[in-house]
Amino acid sequence: MELRSQQDGTVQIVSVHNARIDAAVAIEFKDAMRQATESGSPTVILDLSEVDFIDSSGLGAIVASMKHMGQDRSLVLAGLTPTVDKVFRLTRMDSVFGVFPTLQTALDAHAA
Amino acid sequence: MQHNNARMVQGPPPATDVHISITSSEYAVRDALSRLLDALRPLMLDVEETGTIELVLAEAMNNIVEHAYPPGDRPGPITLTCTPEAGGLRFLIKDTGRPMPNGVTPIGLPVDLSVDFNELPEGGFGWFLIQDLARDVVYHRVDDANQLTFRLCLAG
Repeated sequence: MELRSQQDGTVQIVSVHNARIDAAVAIEFKDAMRQATESGSPTVILDLSEVDFIDSSGLGAIVASMKHMGQDRSLVLAGLTPTVDKVFRLTRMDSVFGVFPTLQTALDAHAA
Repeated sequence: MQHNNARMVQGPPPATDVHISITSSEYAVRDALSRLLDALRPLMLDVEETGTIELVLAEAMNNIVEHAYPPGDRPGPITLTCTPEAGGLRFLIKDTGRPMPNGVTPIGLPVDLSVDFNELPEGGFGWFLIQDLARDVVYHRVDDANQLTFRLCLAG
């Protein structure tokens, strides 16, 4: 599981460089997110634009990452590809996260 | 328009079934999904249809890996048969692991999101997605095997 992190002011961008977040890597993803978000930025944008596929285990891992960050910080999702978007819409989890079509729109909305 | 033309050039869906067998593991499920989508390539499915197929099959097979052959049990066979039919695809998934509790598939209700932040669900989405996206979901325990059948409708 390859996550890359960069800081843009108070906003941290975590980009997933894997095509899948599925049952095979859900735990690995959760651990990598835990490490990546340790710095404590109040807003973390998770860039999913390279992710083609997510299953319910991957969805659960993203929810777990958000809960681990705590209620005072926000995990925002950007760049959802069609199947990833479908999973969030069908489960209505898109109502729990801020969801943005692109990294840029997410940044524009959260720029300090 | 171009899409429809492409479909016509390709002709009708392949009449033959697709058979895939794996030994249960999460990475083997990945492999089965990739082989299934390769085999369905002649159908010229769009990203929406491909996503639905991959998602439902991933959830169904991951459930088998997790619950029919749980950690501690010996991994066993999962066989997948996909049969093209008018308006879509019919699937049969078999395994010889533990039976479904109570002999039926979960109803697959949507998860409850009207809960406190710390109570937000991290699981329980799988059967909801299967029941929401598939039609005629039927489970049978036959001899010592689990058989799950369902259909996925494709826009044509």
